[in-house]
Amino acid sequence: MSHKVLSDQRPLETLVDQPLYSPIKRRSFFMYAGATAGATALVLAGCGKSDSSPGSIDVGSGDFGVLNYAYALEQLESAFYTRVLGGSYFTNLTAGTAEKQIFTDLALHEKIHVDFLRTAISSAGGTPIPTLSPDFSSIDFTSRTSVLGAAQSFEDLGVQAYNGAGRYINSVDYLILAGKIVSVEARHAALIRDLVAYNSFVGPVTGATVTSNAVIDPSTTSATARQEQSKLPSVVLATANTFLANGSKLTATSFG
Amino acid sequence: MDLFQILSDIEKVDGEVYQRFDTRRQVFRHLSGMGKKVTAATLPGLLSTMFNKAYGQTAALSPIIIDTLNLALGLEYLEFYYYSQGVTSGLFSGNDLDAITIIRDDEQGHINALRMILGSNAIADPTAAAFDYTAGGKLAPFASAALYLGNAQAFVDTGMRAYKGGAANLINNKDILTAALNIHSVEARHSSHVRTMRRGGTGVAGADGGGPNDSLPKSWISLVDGGGPAPVVTAPVYNAGMPATTYPAESNVMQANVNVQTNGSGPAGIAITAAAASEAFDEPLDAATVKTIARNFRSATAPQYLFA
Repeated sequence: MSHKVLSDQRPLETLVDQPLYSPIKRRSFFMYAGATAGATALVLAGCGKSDSSPGSIDVGSGDFGVLNYAYALEQLESAFYTRVLGGSYFTNLTAGTAEKQIFTDLALHEKIHVDFLRTAISSAGGTPIPTLSPDFSSIDFTSRTSVLGAAQSFEDLGVQAYNGAGRYINSVDYLILAGKIVSVEARHAALIRDLVAYNSFVGPVTGATVTSNAVIDPSTTSATARQEQSKLPSVVLATANTFLANGSKLTATSFG
Repeated sequence: MDLFQILSDIEKVDGEVYQRFDTRRQVFRHLSGMGKKVTAATLPGLLSTMFNKAYGQTAALSPIIIDTLNLALGLEYLEFYYYSQGVTSGLFSGNDLDAITIIRDDEQGHINALRMILGSNAIADPTAAAFDYTAGGKLAPFASAALYLGNAQAFVDTGMRAYKGGAANLINNKDILTAALNIHSVEARHSSHVRTMRRGGTGVAGADGGGPNDSLPKSWISLVDGGGPAPVVTAPVYNAGMPATTYPAESNVMQANVNVQTNGSGPAGIAITAAAASEAFDEPLDAATVKTIARNFRSATAPQYLFA
């Protein structure tokens, strides 16, 4: 297998996004020593595009890759909530009740997000990924329990995904936009968790004790104390792909 | 991925790299001795830690990162002492007492984590005495659970806007940026739950714009929430910062030059209102405006550095 080495020409931030071409100069390696980007780029040297499965859709690289990654997840969420609005759990809810309003708002917000991201990518000169075909066969849209459980999974995943992707964003403007969106996704996630089990807004609890790291690290003293357990794109997509039909499965080979 | 080939290639470039920390055989003991599962996802972080040690680098934090994190830390202290007092206030019992306790513990964790990142650059613990939660007598947050939760919402929504406003300053340190994002989303979860408590639980619908006097807040910010729980003090928490183009009011519907209310159609034939468009995005706030708001809650004996 041919090995690839660091280029010494480009700014550090682009190293994680670009394939590796040029021979490294020894002095340059010292420059990059200790840089996570450099070490990561070296490790990823072994992982080529051949890791993508046939018929899958790769989100791409650089900031457009991150935006398309977000766009893909918002497609999934928006499709889910729009389905919820057509199912008998929702349609049987009385007008004006909390859950009727909550799921209406959730559907509105995710539709706003997905349409915004598609527009933003196109306007900036990028190519949005295609419209994905979801697979919601595991979800019973007549059942409150099933709908809430799926919503909880999607929202927690979305927060973990945005937070885990932040490190790959090069533009300050896109970073701010991602922050504005994940802020609302986290509000969603907390409310849905409270609907499933009241007080579980930062994770499963017994009394005032957070009992697992499903959402946050329960430790108050670790480096990640009481923080969201963000996930890298490959981990997120492994879950997301279970809700996507064949031909719509996603990969993010440019990212971790 | 051929790790051995990659490590051997590094040696070709820098023949002395492995003498800097271990012999080559010991490199692998080093890896497994880290006590972490070595997977494709964790390997980059493990390797970078190894190389950091090899080249003796613990990068100094830039002043802008120090200032940004210390502002966050000050706000976490404000909330930590507020919730600590809330737990012992007698205002809450049962589920609500549990929730206040959980949030207090979250803030404690965030303080510890921020202090670890900042090291000797962290501000000193200002102590509970640094804070006046009445804002100089304008508010009575310990008079009732409802009033307490009103302050709580204002604090957490301020902190959230501060994190969003400061994220850009962290863009060059990916690990710190990630930690800040992972704190910020937990604060968002707090805000959501506090609003649910204020509303009366998960069985009560909220109102667009928070309803009259913010009496029925949704778990998300709707328009400017009517100025928040106590508009005389809390209106700035939901209004524009400086400059307003970068830090708009929470009623904002323009994102990246896209009017998100009119950009697309609503789901299942439902019209997108201005309230919904405003709810879908939370707004950042500049550090200066955050400090102006937070300074309302400094006591007469607060240390000079607090929200300076």
